[in-house]
Amino acid sequence: MGRSSSTKDAQALFHSLRSAYAATPVNLKIIDLYVGFAVFTALIQVVYMAIVGSFPFNSFLSGVLSCVGTAVLAVCLRIQVNKENKEFKDLPPERAFADFVLCNLVLHLVIMNFLG
Amino acid sequence: MSSMISSDLLKPFKLKTKQQELLIRVSILCLVYILAFITRLFSVLRYESMIHEFDPYFNYRTTLYLTQNGFYDFWNWFDSESWYPLGRIIGGTLYPGLMVTAALIYRLLHFLRFAVHIREVCVLTAPFFASNTTLVAYFFGKEIWDSGAGLVAAILIAVCPGYISRSVAGSYDNEGVAIFALLFTFYLFVKAVNTGSLAWGLASAFGYFYMVSAWGGYVFIINLIPLYVLVLLITGRYSMRLYVAYNCMYILGMLLAMQIRFVGFQHVQSGEHMAAMGVFFLMQVFYFLDWVKHMLSDTKLFQAFLKITVTFAVAVGAVALGVGMVSGYISPWTGRFYSLLDPTYAKDHIPIIASVSEHQPTAWSSFMFDFHILLFLFPAGLYFCFKRLSDATIFIVMYGLTSLYFAGVMVRLILVATPAVCLISAIAVSATVKNLTVLLRSKNKVVQTGSTKGTSSGKASSKASLDQSQPFQKNGAMALLFGAFYLLSKYATHCTWVTSEAYSSPSIVLAARGAHGNRVIFDDYREAYFWLRQNTPPDAKVMSWWDYGYQITAMGNRTVIVDNNTWNNTHIATVGRAMSSYEDEAYEIMRSLDVDYVLVVFGGVTGYSSDDINKFLWMVRIGGGVFPVIREPDYLVNGEYRVDKGAAPKMLNCLMYKLSYYRFGELVTEYGRPPGYDRARGVEIGNKDIKLEHLEEAFTTSNWIVRIYKVKPPNNRW
Repeated sequence: MGRSSSTKDAQALFHSLRSAYAATPVNLKIIDLYVGFAVFTALIQVVYMAIVGSFPFNSFLSGVLSCVGTAVLAVCLRIQVNKENKEFKDLPPERAFADFVLCNLVLHLVIMNFLG
Repeated sequence: MSSMISSDLLKPFKLKTKQQELLIRVSILCLVYILAFITRLFSVLRYESMIHEFDPYFNYRTTLYLTQNGFYDFWNWFDSESWYPLGRIIGGTLYPGLMVTAALIYRLLHFLRFAVHIREVCVLTAPFFASNTTLVAYFFGKEIWDSGAGLVAAILIAVCPGYISRSVAGSYDNEGVAIFALLFTFYLFVKAVNTGSLAWGLASAFGYFYMVSAWGGYVFIINLIPLYVLVLLITGRYSMRLYVAYNCMYILGMLLAMQIRFVGFQHVQSGEHMAAMGVFFLMQVFYFLDWVKHMLSDTKLFQAFLKITVTFAVAVGAVALGVGMVSGYISPWTGRFYSLLDPTYAKDHIPIIASVSEHQPTAWSSFMFDFHILLFLFPAGLYFCFKRLSDATIFIVMYGLTSLYFAGVMVRLILVATPAVCLISAIAVSATVKNLTVLLRSKNKVVQTGSTKGTSSGKASSKASLDQSQPFQKNGAMALLFGAFYLLSKYATHCTWVTSEAYSSPSIVLAARGAHGNRVIFDDYREAYFWLRQNTPPDAKVMSWWDYGYQITAMGNRTVIVDNNTWNNTHIATVGRAMSSYEDEAYEIMRSLDVDYVLVVFGGVTGYSSDDINKFLWMVRIGGGVFPVIREPDYLVNGEYRVDKGAAPKMLNCLMYKLSYYRFGELVTEYGRPPGYDRARGVEIGNKDIKLEHLEEAFTTSNWIVRIYKVKPPNNRW
């Protein structure tokens, strides 16, 4: 009884989420895809580390942090360009994108140094 | 710059109010900038341009190496002159920020054709950065309150003794640069939270990087900022801006900090940094939930979703933390961190931390000494902060309260609390003076001040109309204003007095008043180190207590057994054991360490109280912590530490006693006293007939402060 109701709940949740998400603008969807890809890559690296071992630890760290950093920065960009967020009304999307590129540049330059 | 602006502005002669205000503000800032620099120059004027105390000598030596041999040699430097026979990997075990900064300033000056010596650059680095800190304090105060508070904060921090104590000219230590970096990081982070911009987040990450490269106190930042984020989340003041600021700062700051070799992987491996990582993940979960809530219109569905996600996230977090702790991947908290949270921890467990005088708990008087009226203004400022709560004021309140707690635990951490105390006090001063002047200027009617925002002007008007009914309110306001200026001028005189009396002595050259009120200079340390440099073989190994290790390597240019880095407790304990053993036992230890010379510091002739005999019990304790043959009660009589006739027999015959008091029994130090009268402890010594068997006196400085002995080679076998 309880089990079937919870699966029904989950289905309802899934459906309503999906229908709500369908209304998201395309540019935000692209960012979401990018974030999802970055998180997925990070997970693959963690699983690989668990199987093979973390020996060149700096390489592992820079790989994972590159993915996590990319994902987090993309989420920040998504927050800033989302029209629904009133806090960032004054921030033009071009400025947000420029900041995003700058942060990514620093992130990957440091990672290149750290990759070793 | 100010002259340029003023010449521009003075042409029309009549200035608009805005321009006048700008002119006054810029000129005040310039004056504060200069004041912060010159108030730290007492020691240069009184003595000479030299490096102070102990640790700065190491920093000076490494900076010298950096400028002579270049960055790569510095980075890969293996120093065989310290910690004999172990040596020390310098590049991997120090915070290079200070040295690199000084070397860059040196290069810049030489590029501009100023042929200065690197020592002058090192001596003046700390005052220069103190000046820069005043500018940061101005901008920080402007960010959290208004430009008036910023100006007051800049003035207060420019002369605050709590900060001057670590940044006078010549105290070339990490803290001088680090306080600037600390405040700068905080300012940039608050700016990032206020604007929600990735660029400011990136800037604060760089500020954090500079702080990590400069001082181990960066741990305070990496714990305070997550705590602040957590408080905002709990009190419901979270925002998207916070997400952007924290995540950008954390990820980039962590990655940048890993480039410093001494810090390395600690951000993902040590217990002290785990709070930041936990808050990072918590924030992802939190904002994910927030996003889902925003998408879902059905609250019941969201409740179910919330339950599942939170359970899942907590379970994963707990499992990860548990596995990390059990497998030893995450190292537990270090002793230093424990001793911060629990003030009694170091005394019970780590004598080497407890033995350092600047690690002692703070006395009330030193709070008064270092903060003066700021101590009273601080609660008033807290009141104003709570009255006008914003993200920025919450930050400064948390910074103030946590750092004040740490300042109570350790004397040296007053330094970290000083910027927060200055800023919060500045808010109190600025808000009070503003209210009073508004009262004075109002002509029977309430004048609305345009500059104050929103609610405050409404409050001011209601308060003013309330005050209208009170008689003599203008006179009262006038009196209060005069009172405030009187207190502030008292603060200024107190600060100058403290700086000149207490914080401007180099402690490598000692000064005392002679019998006729004239100044007597004891330059014995440098005399001894130059003797070492001139008269001993270049590969001679010198054994001394660890306090003097940096100075011997930097000034004497000789190899030492232990120094102030204190990374190897056993090695220090071995030296402590040698000092507290009988001479023949000590000889065996010294032979095994290949010691050629032994250096002791002795204040019995001059009355210099921080000498080795007064530090001796710590040698016994640290030695006894590793070698149980050394027992503290052997050196005490009924729990009392004595050096006179009633002293314990082991005390009277241990190596340190013998080396300190050798031939001292023949010397009359004070008129009307028997020979062998120890002026530092005020007693006649107990063992006047000291014979040395395995050592011989090599050199004693003119005031007997430093005594150097040569270890004799072993006797012939027959």
